[in-house]
Amino acid sequence: MPEKLVVIGNGMAPGRALEHLFEKAPGQYEVTIFNAEPRVNYNRLMLSPVLSGEKTYEDIVTHDDAWYASHGVTLHKGKRVETIDRAARTVTAAYGTTAPYDKLIVATGSNPFIVPIPGSTLTGVLTYRDLDDVETMLEAASTGGRAVVVGGGLLGLEAAAGLKMRGMDVTVLHLMPTLMERQLDPAAGYLLERSLKARGIDVVTKANTHAILGEDKVEGVKLDDGTVIDAKIVVMAVGIRPSTDLAKAAGLDVGRGIKVGDDMRTSDPDIFALGECVEHRGQCYGLVAPLYEMAEVVASQLCGPCESRYLGSVTSTKLKVTGIDLFSAGDFAEGDDREEIVLRDASAGVYKRLVVKDDRIIGAVLYGETADGAWFFDLMKKKTPVSEMRETLIFGQSYQGGSPLDPIAAVAALPGDAEICGCNGVCKSKITGAISARGLTSLDEVRAHTKASSSCGTCTGLVEQLMALTLGDAFNPQAVKPMCGCTDLSHADVRRLIVAKTLKSIPEVMQELEWKTSCGCAKCRPALNYYLLADWPGEYVDDDQSRFINERVHANIQKDGTYSVVPRMWGGMTTSQELRAIADVVDKFQIPSVKCTGGQRIDMLGVKKEDLPAVWADLNAAGMVSGAAYGKALRTVKTCVGTDWCRFGTQDSTGLGVRVERFMWGSWTPAKVKMAVSGCPRNCAEATCKDVGVICTDAGYEIHFAGAAGLDIKGTEVLTQVKTEDEALEMIVALVQLYREQGHYLERIYKWLKRVGMASIKAAVVDDPAKRRVYFDRFIYSQKFSQRDPWADRASGGMASHEFKPMADIPFQEAAE
Amino acid sequence: MSDWHRIGLVTDIPRRGARCVNSPFGRIAVFRTAEDRIFATEDRCPHKGGPLSQGIVHDSSVTCPLHNAVISLKSGEMRGPDEGRVRVFATRVDPLTEVIELSLEDEAAAIREAAE
Ligand code: SRM
Ligand SMILES: Cc1cc2nc3c(=O)[nH]c(=O)nc-3n(C[C@H](O)[C@H](O)[C@H](O)COP(=O)(O)OP(=O)(O)OC[C@H]3O[C@@H](n4cnc5c(N)ncnc54)[C@H](O)[C@@H]3O)c2cc1C
Ligand code: SF4
Ligand code: FES
Repeated sequence: MPEKLVVIGNGMAPGRALEHLFEKAPGQYEVTIFNAEPRVNYNRLMLSPVLSGEKTYEDIVTHDDAWYASHGVTLHKGKRVETIDRAARTVTAAYGTTAPYDKLIVATGSNPFIVPIPGSTLTGVLTYRDLDDVETMLEAASTGGRAVVVGGGLLGLEAAAGLKMRGMDVTVLHLMPTLMERQLDPAAGYLLERSLKARGIDVVTKANTHAILGEDKVEGVKLDDGTVIDAKIVVMAVGIRPSTDLAKAAGLDVGRGIKVGDDMRTSDPDIFALGECVEHRGQCYGLVAPLYEMAEVVASQLCGPCESRYLGSVTSTKLKVTGIDLFSAGDFAEGDDREEIVLRDASAGVYKRLVVKDDRIIGAVLYGETADGAWFFDLMKKKTPVSEMRETLIFGQSYQGGSPLDPIAAVAALPGDAEICGCNGVCKSKITGAISARGLTSLDEVRAHTKASSSCGTCTGLVEQLMALTLGDAFNPQAVKPMCGCTDLSHADVRRLIVAKTLKSIPEVMQELEWKTSCGCAKCRPALNYYLLADWPGEYVDDDQSRFINERVHANIQKDGTYSVVPRMWGGMTTSQELRAIADVVDKFQIPSVKCTGGQRIDMLGVKKEDLPAVWADLNAAGMVSGAAYGKALRTVKTCVGTDWCRFGTQDSTGLGVRVERFMWGSWTPAKVKMAVSGCPRNCAEATCKDVGVICTDAGYEIHFAGAAGLDIKGTEVLTQVKTEDEALEMIVALVQLYREQGHYLERIYKWLKRVGMASIKAAVVDDPAKRRVYFDRFIYSQKFSQRDPWADRASGGMASHEFKPMADIPFQEAAE
Repeated sequence: MSDWHRIGLVTDIPRRGARCVNSPFGRIAVFRTAEDRIFATEDRCPHKGGPLSQGIVHDSSVTCPLHNAVISLKSGEMRGPDEGRVRVFATRVDPLTEVIELSLEDEAAAIREAAE
């Protein structure tokens, strides 16, 4: 019969211990857990992203109800244990639930400390420890107002940043002269203060909180110097105390925390203590990494007599505030016997400081750029001598031994036992081993199998680099180049994940892929808008506000803020009616310049924005549509006169060009697509430097692609030869559709070819007619939704009419009043 | 002396977008962020005068449409390594009616001072 194991507290530490236990000795124990919180085990570290809105509670659940059921665990939610009866070997919770135990784990965590100043018991004085605290803060934030956070340490600042992101005004009061003084030196503390202030968070240092003001709920905070700050809530984040009352009442040895030996047993050998409530060799911990180490020892000890011992931990700290990179570890006080190495880059807001003693790193503070944190921490823990690399040490690992600044090489150089994930204590070889042994290819799989990057997430970049290293070509090397500062994911990852996770809107992509900013930037939003449009035709609704102005108003902005207007001239052909309509428009709206473009059509430059809808209405009336001269879209199809007139012409190049343009106009593409059709190899339409070009010959049509004649100059490659015009059209359309589905935003066709290779493109559109047909059909389907003239939509006054009218006019008199 | 001008409703401006207001002091861009905060700046980029109202709005910044300068709507300052700032104007929104009001007071005062 299984022995009975009772666990008091269902926090992160015992959760981890149980995982180990069920792996090592399934069925050995029948487990009962009592949890004062009315819920399952969740990742407490991630409360800050929940507070700031970057994650939801569901995202941070570690063990769901099904997990407890599958391991036969009885979980008493919302039941606080009030007594441990060691003689009877039972625990009893509030409302009388009693459970007998053979072995007991006390894992009661810690309690936030509340400074006992006047007013500290008023409604609205909150702590920051569990989901209930987050929910109370969110409720307060929903109606705005000011929050005062007392305490400028890790928790206080994460709370402040979260509340700010939720729209509250926030003041941080900190007793010491600089923030996070226990983890940061004053220089880094100052940089941190500056970036918090830049986000609109008020920071008051050397602030001694005198009293909290208010009748029955918080109204303000008074400082010792008499300053009064209005406040709707006060978050106390001044420190934590191990929660030991229960253990003390049961007669266990208690100092600052519940005392345990290296075997994690308390003074009663059948009772273990684990987590933040513990005191081990005089030390209490408030970070998760040491607790996980303890958890492993507890699990081993529960399986039977063994050698597994906990010997204490060295810890490092990272602040999880989106956009602020900060790392600190060890001891960085100054001293005569110590030497410091400092690197600053003021414009980039980077500060790095290492403290070296007896040729060993004993402390590290990194601000603004923390990629080398793991490496420094590893040198520190292993007490590696640093004299050989002393000169370049501060520049980090990538500078050591050859290839500078290549992150992959840097990760490759790490020893197998180097720690990658600090929270879970996962080393490099464990990750690479799991990737190879289990054939893992995605970050999620690596997380599931190794736990690396599954807690605070700051090592995600390193883990991805390890994947690139281990998987080689199978892992796209571009994957380590993020799309922009808002994400660590590359274009390739984002495109893949949009399809894999069926993400269908920009907010959904940002939420699911953990965007680091609330609403993206001018780099990622247009890219996401394109990807969603290309991947979900007919379903995704184009987001105008994520388009560059030219694509939003379907005209090209000029340096003086006016616009240019280029109507399509199919294949470069025009008529007297079209030319007359253009002439009339130019007169009517007094358009200052008219020019032939390099793309065989006419540009009207200098149109006032307000006039655009009327200009378009007139052009529409003459049968003209937008030439998309502004779009990441099909631009022009240049042609030459071909068999119609030319004495050398071999095929109807003009006809094919017109046909292609009429078939493909309106389509959005990763970058602009320009085409041309020349009637013979003399190539008057310059087809051999276009994204797609056709050279007609007596035998048929030579399909070219991947030329460039802008920033880069490059002749085209030949894709294939076909005999008929229909085949030529099908080939071109399938090629462009493949590019639409694979191209990275702003990647012209020639760059896409370079990335994916000729073989893969030929395999998709040339070698296999059935596949080609699939791409062709997908293009046709997407055209159902995009082949609409955007000018007509706007000229009628319905769509986006706000774009073209000022909101208000304030006359001089009114303003001068 | 109050100098608040009603210029329209919050919903007149698209989220993460902007509209213009013509004023005796030139064109003013009025922005609405994803969180419905309203900001107003002069509609001229400190770099080469680009119309900021035509840029992409993200968090409380706008990226200029001409050469991608990023400008904080709160302070008017250019972000990143560039130096420069645009004038910002005070706005307020009536929480019930969502009417936006714009103040030209600082501007008017500056001009009065210059005139005296
Ligand atoms: C109007 C025109 C110049 C002219 O007076 O002839 C023109 C004008 C502009 N070109 Fe161009 N390009 C024009 C033909 C070309 C050509 C020639 C062609 O299409 O045959 C090229 C080289 C071919 C190519 O693209 O490879 C060309 C290569 C560029 C580039 C470099 C692209 C590249 O990837 O290397 C840019 C910059 C960009 O897109 O980022 C550019 C960008 C621009 C922009 C859109 C700059 C901007 O972002 O505001 C100019 C807009 C002016 C306006 O408001 O109309 N333009 N541009 C031509 C319009 C063609 C049309 O009818 O649509
Ligand atoms: C907002 C926040 C951010 C953090 N960020 C980081 C970080 O980035 N990195 C890091 O390393 N650490 C971080 N920490 C610290 C980390 O979360 C803790 O070290 C860790 O959760 C402690 O685990 P534990 O199991 O000891 O206790 P806890 O996770 O606190 O769990 C204790 C549980 O026991 C319950 N309990 C208490 N008494 C009883 C009782 N008598 N009967 C029944 N149940 C009881 C409590 O309700 C609680 O659910 C953060 C903490 C917070 C609050
Ligand atoms: S070459 Fe093109 S981008 Fe350059 S100035 Fe001329 S039109 Fe503008
Ligand atoms: S004018 Fe705004 S960035 Fe150049």
